[in-house]
Amino acid sequence: MSFTPGQPVTAVVQRIEIQKLRHGDNLILGFSIGGGIDQDPGQNPFSEDKTDKGIYVTRISTGGPAEDAGLRMGDKIMQVNGWDMTMVTHDQARKRLTKKNEDVVRLLVTRRSLEDAVKNSMSRP
Amino acid sequence: MDTESTYSGYSYYSGRSRGSHRHGERSRDRHKSRSKDSRSEKSVTINTPPAEPLLGDSAVRGEQVQDDNWGETTTAVTGTSEHSLSQEDIVRITKDLEDSVGLDCRRYFTLTLAVILGLLVFLTPLAFLVLPHLLWPEKLQNCGTACEGLFISVAFKLLILLLAVWALFFRTPRAGLPRVFVFRALLAVLVVLFVLSYWLFYGVRILDSQDENYQGIVQYAVSLVDALLFIHYLAIVLLELRQLQPCFSVCVTRSTDGEIRHYNLGQLSIQRAALAILEHYYCDFPVHNPALLSASKSRAAKHLAGLKVYNVDGPGNNATAGMAHSQSRAMIAAAARRRDTSHNELYYEEAEHERRVRKRKARLVVAVEEAFTHIKRMQEEEQKKAPGDVMDPREAAQAIFPSMARALQKYLRTTKQQHCHSMESIQQHLAFCITNNMTPKAFLESYLAPGPTLQYSRDHWLSRQWTLISEMSVTSGLKDGAIFVLKCVDFSLVVTTKRIPYIQMSEEYIDPKSHKFVLRLQSETSV
Repeated sequence: MSFTPGQPVTAVVQRIEIQKLRHGDNLILGFSIGGGIDQDPGQNPFSEDKTDKGIYVTRISTGGPAEDAGLRMGDKIMQVNGWDMTMVTHDQARKRLTKKNEDVVRLLVTRRSLEDAVKNSMSRP
Repeated sequence: MDTESTYSGYSYYSGRSRGSHRHGERSRDRHKSRSKDSRSEKSVTINTPPAEPLLGDSAVRGEQVQDDNWGETTTAVTGTSEHSLSQEDIVRITKDLEDSVGLDCRRYFTLTLAVILGLLVFLTPLAFLVLPHLLWPEKLQNCGTACEGLFISVAFKLLILLLAVWALFFRTPRAGLPRVFVFRALLAVLVVLFVLSYWLFYGVRILDSQDENYQGIVQYAVSLVDALLFIHYLAIVLLELRQLQPCFSVCVTRSTDGEIRHYNLGQLSIQRAALAILEHYYCDFPVHNPALLSASKSRAAKHLAGLKVYNVDGPGNNATAGMAHSQSRAMIAAAARRRDTSHNELYYEEAEHERRVRKRKARLVVAVEEAFTHIKRMQEEEQKKAPGDVMDPREAAQAIFPSMARALQKYLRTTKQQHCHSMESIQQHLAFCITNNMTPKAFLESYLAPGPTLQYSRDHWLSRQWTLISEMSVTSGLKDGAIFVLKCVDFSLVVTTKRIPYIQMSEEYIDPKSHKFVLRLQSETSV
């Protein structure tokens, strides 16, 4: 999940589709995000590269729609419904995820285990 | 047996410690808790404890030529009580008598020299002005306006010089120093040479040739006074200003109880530095209390007396040096083994003492507070109503003193300060506190902790004869690493100096606009 500035980012991603749950007046997804280009990247416990200012999943509520869909804590969100999440502010990320007129969000997430799995499968003959 | 008599003094200690002493002598007894020691007793291990050897060594060497029974016949050296005259006091009194005569002679000698020099300096310009009028009045030119103006100048400059010399030199001497004060001697020599050279010139060029130009003579006298004022400026710089800037940090340690203070001094000679340090000593160091040292002395005596070393081969042996060495090592090893209990005793003794002091202090505070409530300051209007039973402060102090005297006496005895305060001084202090509306706590503060030496009665610090012991000449300046000792009858002050380092400072300019900040956030939003 490391990146060099100026070069395109390549990562092994997983597609996750989450149906929003209606909870009273709000539509919730059941997880919390942290990070953003306006935040301090050094305090992120999930990132490998401490200069990574991407959006990470910091908490998942048990039994919520995110957990059911396969989202895990520590995942880095690369895209939400086609919108890039690697260079956004925290507030922009929140807004993209909580649009009231959308019922479903399609995320592209990446995590370390995905890369490892791909590497292992490639090294095996 | 001989060994039994030594242990009689320890009979009131616990049986455990006595068992350990015995164990050191006889290897048969196996005390359960001493099983560790039994193993080490077979081979003498020389782990020298740091504080022990010096005292033990000298005692052991002294034993070589004395008979075996010296342990029973020695008398312990205790601290002197208030009423006896110790050997030290006799020495001190004789020294005072001898030295006072010598010192006075020197002081008078310097005083007369100074007076002669002063008279010479002040009368010379006047002589320069007056002599032509006396010797060749008819040949002398008339003194015009400018010349008379110069008279005023001479008069005022002489007045300023008089005041300045009085301010700088005619102060009561603070101390008698062992060697002559180098800068003053140099200045005196300079002044004498200067005045003599002026007289020489005057004598040759003016008196012999009988110069008629009186204005020139007056200007000559004025130049003399100006130059004297400049020499006085030099004296101020050399004597007063040069040592103001701190250059050295001196560490002063009292040898008896280890009180340490640090002072900053400028560039001084060793004797002047010693004088400055002694003046600070009287103001800063808590008063020297020999009664507080008796505990450590008795512990040291116990370490010595606990073990006796017998020389079974007789004193005339060839290998006496080696014998002493092995004996002292044996004693050190035995002492190292025995150490296990003496620190324990010390710990409990100190805890007990602390508790006792606190208890007495609590009783004292209560007694004093109660005593102070018996006294009330009389108001103005009451003065007319009740004329009887009106007391002045001294009588009031005497009236309330008995109720607190016992508690105070007991407290002073526990903290071993009873010889520093006499009844008279306590009553005086009480009257003083009552007059100035002080609280009981303010009255007690001076007895709770030892104050600086000057606060106590004059006989504590009046007859102080100090000796300066130094390897370097005492008129040489302070140097980095200089060590000297100021010895008094009861104790000595060891002084070490260190130079304050040369500081190389560089600058760095910070543009005020360069102070910019960003927030370090890490927020978490749930979606």
